[in-house]
Amino acid sequence: MAAEGSGMKGFYVGLAVVALAGVGVLGYLMTRPTSVEIPADVLVTASDTAGFQGYALGSDSAPIRVTEYADYQCPYCQNYAVVQFPTIKERLIDAGLVQWRFKDFPLDQPHPNARLAAHAAACADDQGRYWQMHDAIFQGHPTWSVEPNATGTFRSYAQRIGLDVAAYDTCMREARHAGRIEGTRQEGIRLGVGSTPTFIMNGRRYEPRGMTYDALKALADSIGMARDSAE
Amino acid sequence: MKWRMGAALFSLFGIFVATYLYLYKIGRIGVLACGTGGCETVQQSPYAVFQGVEVALIGVIGYAGLFTVALIGLRPSLRRSPAPGLLLALFSGAGVLFTAYLTYLELFIIHAVCRWCVGSAVIIAIVFVMSLADWRASARSAKLLATPSS
Repeated sequence: MAAEGSGMKGFYVGLAVVALAGVGVLGYLMTRPTSVEIPADVLVTASDTAGFQGYALGSDSAPIRVTEYADYQCPYCQNYAVVQFPTIKERLIDAGLVQWRFKDFPLDQPHPNARLAAHAAACADDQGRYWQMHDAIFQGHPTWSVEPNATGTFRSYAQRIGLDVAAYDTCMREARHAGRIEGTRQEGIRLGVGSTPTFIMNGRRYEPRGMTYDALKALADSIGMARDSAE
Repeated sequence: MKWRMGAALFSLFGIFVATYLYLYKIGRIGVLACGTGGCETVQQSPYAVFQGVEVALIGVIGYAGLFTVALIGLRPSLRRSPAPGLLLALFSGAGVLFTAYLTYLELFIIHAVCRWCVGSAVIIAIVFVMSLADWRASARSAKLLATPSS
């Protein structure tokens, strides 16, 4: 009986040690800096933006070129991306009439995950899957936009679209494209971008209402007619 | 009794695994130590919530329940009773069935495997086997005590 009592005492001591170790490990995991932060106060060098003309979709020879300045966390950008953009892509970009260029314009103050999202997409671009990540981020907007830090959610998108996750992690940890993202934001400010999404076509700024499928199609048709009459 | 002690110990391991996943789910841990990224895919899927409750939280509650039953069953007045072993076997058996359903979702619906979920599946299976062994051993012991010696 005494042996059983001392055995039980040893068991409870062991259980307490395991419990304390478990609490310690969880506490460490909660406090260690595993979330990625993409700095906004980065020094932008010429090499950050050299040759970068946005993430392009569509033919270089398309008669219309649209540059979109957008913030991934902006609800208007998300709405545009999931409502208007698929039709524009299918009927105008894929048809060779429009080339689309996406540039980051993160609005950090109301959108703390915007720059992180832009960087996640930039890291996907390193592996040739920018537009898959672009779509995954906008489609997942309701989920990650309310998270305090969406690092883990973007990582799940990286895995889902088939990225090399280890390379993606390294890219994110190094904040490799922070300079380029900030560079394109500053470029947008110089061009007069004040809200998102803003579209620039032939040097002229358009608000979202001016960049619908119908408006773009009419423009493409007018360009086509002008070409026909010139020939 | 050793089986009941083992069930308590492994239930405690289960509490920590489920708590880790739950802390991730509520945004208190930025990235899961998963290696492949499959954990995030599983945790961000709609199947990470069951009947409005996070699956990880169900795990925390379930393992805490098993741990409590095992500890109560180790009190001197209940040590030789088969009832705690039976209760543990029933609860952990339900856990095994629920885990089998979750594993099916991972393999055939979500198409991603979370290593921590696999760890939890192994733990609940061990608790179930230990609970069955405890129930059997304590029932046999109670039967022997009840048999009058000639």
